[in-house]
Amino acid sequence: MNKYMKDAYFIALGLVGNREDALDLSQEAFVRAYRNINQVKPGRGFFPWFYQILKNLCISHLRKRKRSQAGSLDVEGRPEPAASVDEFSPDTVVGKDETKNEVWKAIGKLEPKHREVIVLRHFRNMSYEQIAETLFCNKGTVTSRLYYARKRLKELLST
Amino acid sequence: MVCEDYKDQLMGYLDNELSDQQRRRFEEHLAGCSDCTAELEEFKKLKAITDEVSLVEPEERIWQEYWSGIYNRIERGIGWIMFSVAAIALSIYGGFRAIEELIRDPNVEIVLKIGLLALIAGLAILFVSVLRERLYFWKTDRYKDVRR
Repeated sequence: MNKYMKDAYFIALGLVGNREDALDLSQEAFVRAYRNINQVKPGRGFFPWFYQILKNLCISHLRKRKRSQAGSLDVEGRPEPAASVDEFSPDTVVGKDETKNEVWKAIGKLEPKHREVIVLRHFRNMSYEQIAETLFCNKGTVTSRLYYARKRLKELLST
Repeated sequence: MVCEDYKDQLMGYLDNELSDQQRRRFEEHLAGCSDCTAELEEFKKLKAITDEVSLVEPEERIWQEYWSGIYNRIERGIGWIMFSVAAIALSIYGGFRAIEELIRDPNVEIVLKIGLLALIAGLAILFVSVLRERLYFWKTDRYKDVRR
């Protein structure tokens, strides 16, 4: 369970960029998982199911944060929000290094579907197979998302 | 610009996710494609700097208190549910008894009694109406199983 604890925390951190929020959201995800544990489908692992709960909480948190920052109501059918770049602060990254901070901020600017593959691959060292299982998609989708995520990251870092 | 057919292979090569056969085939392609070779080099640099980014590990105290924090939330959640259910049940019971006494009291004017009964009947109709509407929408909502 301690591996899940660290995975949950660091994935949430990668998605929302803020340590306090990551701790709160990852714990809340475990509470919701506990309440709905009977929904885990037999034959499917706990973690992919849990990841969906965690991701939904993070996305919903980003929406709320965006709404409160904008100070106005959002509309239905809106796209998934990018994290606020201010939240991707340098104190989250090990070592005081300008390049690392730039990369971390650029990750914060990625769309969530791109950010999540970067987080799972780079910060949790997951294989393509594990990422595909976690995201309920095939390996082809993972490679394709990684390609576009890295391409976008490259663009963000070159501007 | 990378060749469209080799996009996935490029990522697999970069992350060491290709089989030996796929790797050999991709290397053969790289030998004759300067665009893919250039793109691979750029991606290698990007991967190297991204791999260098590691996130600060929280203090040991945070990990030690992690599960007790979750336990507390679950406990408080159960506490709140019990409290809410009991408060609603007691309010309904108390309200019912108070109204009953008021209706039975011969000193209370008949107009007040009728008004009170009409108020309760109106609230009950509103409640049933909203409940029925919610149930109807829930049953006919095609997207209810879709996770947002």
